[in-house]
Amino acid sequence: MSTVIVIAIYLGLLLSLALFSKRLFRGTSKDYFVASHSIGPFMLLMSVFGTTMTAFALVGSTGKAFGAGIGTYGLMASSSGLIHAACFLLIGIKLWAIGKRYGYVTQIQYFRARFDSKAFGYLLFPILVLLVIPYLLIGIIGAAKTIEGVTKAKGPIPGVFPEWTSNGAIPPWFTGLVICIVVLTYIFAGGSRAAAWANTFQTIVFMVMGVLAFYLISDRLGGVSAAIEQAKDTHKVRTVDGHAGVSQLTFLTYMFIPLSVGMFPHLFQHWLTAKSAKSFKLTVVAHPICIMIVWVPCVLIGIWATGQIPAGTNPSAILAIMVGKLVADPIIVGLVTAGILAAIMSSLDSQFLCLGTMFTNDIVLHDAKKTYTDKQTLFMARGFIVAIVTVIYLISLLLLQQEKQFIFSLAVWSFSGFAALTPLVFAALYWKRATKVGAYACVIAVFGSWVTFFAMSGFGGEFFVFGGVTPAAIMWFIGAGAMIIGSLVSQPPSEKVIAKFF
Amino acid sequence: MNKKRIIFIVFVLLLLLHQDFWNWDNANLVFGFMPVGLFYHACYSLVAALFWGIVIKVAWPTELEEWAEGTADPQEGGTE
Repeated sequence: MSTVIVIAIYLGLLLSLALFSKRLFRGTSKDYFVASHSIGPFMLLMSVFGTTMTAFALVGSTGKAFGAGIGTYGLMASSSGLIHAACFLLIGIKLWAIGKRYGYVTQIQYFRARFDSKAFGYLLFPILVLLVIPYLLIGIIGAAKTIEGVTKAKGPIPGVFPEWTSNGAIPPWFTGLVICIVVLTYIFAGGSRAAAWANTFQTIVFMVMGVLAFYLISDRLGGVSAAIEQAKDTHKVRTVDGHAGVSQLTFLTYMFIPLSVGMFPHLFQHWLTAKSAKSFKLTVVAHPICIMIVWVPCVLIGIWATGQIPAGTNPSAILAIMVGKLVADPIIVGLVTAGILAAIMSSLDSQFLCLGTMFTNDIVLHDAKKTYTDKQTLFMARGFIVAIVTVIYLISLLLLQQEKQFIFSLAVWSFSGFAALTPLVFAALYWKRATKVGAYACVIAVFGSWVTFFAMSGFGGEFFVFGGVTPAAIMWFIGAGAMIIGSLVSQPPSEKVIAKFF
Repeated sequence: MNKKRIIFIVFVLLLLLHQDFWNWDNANLVFGFMPVGLFYHACYSLVAALFWGIVIKVAWPTELEEWAEGTADPQEGGTE
């Protein structure tokens, strides 16, 4: 029960912080959507890192390392250190300059202007929403499985609520509901400012708690050297051996997946609305280090788990099982669990808020004949966010009924779709000859190939083509090819457009 | 050779170094607890941070900042 109380206190603290940030809320839709361009370097770093590292980073990386070994770090973490920062510099700063000069807030506003097509927004918006859905789902599933793992019965020790469920755990549907309500409450309270404050707080919490979990688990296993000695040898190398390891082709083509940061709607919004270009400097340099601080302990815990937990265990539950099994103190378990929830919620809030911003600005207000008051605008944004959260929650309930949930794979599908769309933004920013036709061809080709591969994977499982190539790599080339061919066979952009953006 | 070309060459070199096929089968432990393949990539993260720190120092796009601060046609902006 102490574990649950600690988690409840943490959620209460988070809501208090959000209510405090509400005092700074100016009540306007502009302040709600972009916090009046007041996000400085440290909060930008924490927001960008916090939103990028979701359940995928803590729960997913531990589970993936449990299955595939040390290669997990190279697959996503170290490559992200190089590729993410490249995107921040090549895409982020240029977008900041364009956003600053022309006042764009969302990526759809920018693409509509760059490709001189209002209809393009109506094509892109639903695709962006669809690609974000797996990312949001893993947050809710990750939270539900974590709480279930730490509160269920362990051997002779009964679960926290033995009279409620058969294993005594807090049921996943309840955890998902609470997480959704908490996130909704604080983004309703203060919009993007509350999200930025909450992100900063939660990112610090999950980094500290991740390190704490690492220390306590290693201590219980007899120290880091003893812990690694108990792990399976197959997981200490990257060679494919039995069920562990990854092929060299897979490792190589995974490099395309971190490109996703170039097209994530919430990051796009950060680029367009940051306080100054200099705000990016800290993010570019510190991001690879922050990734290392979080991922190295998680991957090691996943490898250590191979010596403690039977193979075939649900990968989404590995971190919770290791914490629950090895860290006996319920208060510490509560703190570490709060850290995991922090990582998850710090991603959900920005995504929800960004979707609401795009829906309001790019769909409802765009070309609207009627004039809406600020109050009406906020109401629409919040209404759309509630609708999206409800849909995500209901889908998560369906997925939670499955025997296993693969958080890592599901996240990779979301990232792959966004990564495959990066030819669109690169061409928009750096290729004067990129046209509306090319942009349409790129988006349609990427989405068509994504749906095809996603269906072939069984809707969210791990999937490779040609003996180990990631779908992200194939889709990226399809998108780039469509962009180039579509642009070259169509009329060049007008002089006005080129003069404006180049 | 200009700065941008050098940065591009180093970036490509880092992409190649990421593959570290020479560590693929190496099960040795560094400091008695860290598998070589994992230690290499942890160090790689630090090198990436250092690389981007140097890039910011020597090739910060000052001209882009100046362009952004210029006046714009308010009719052509977003919804703000």
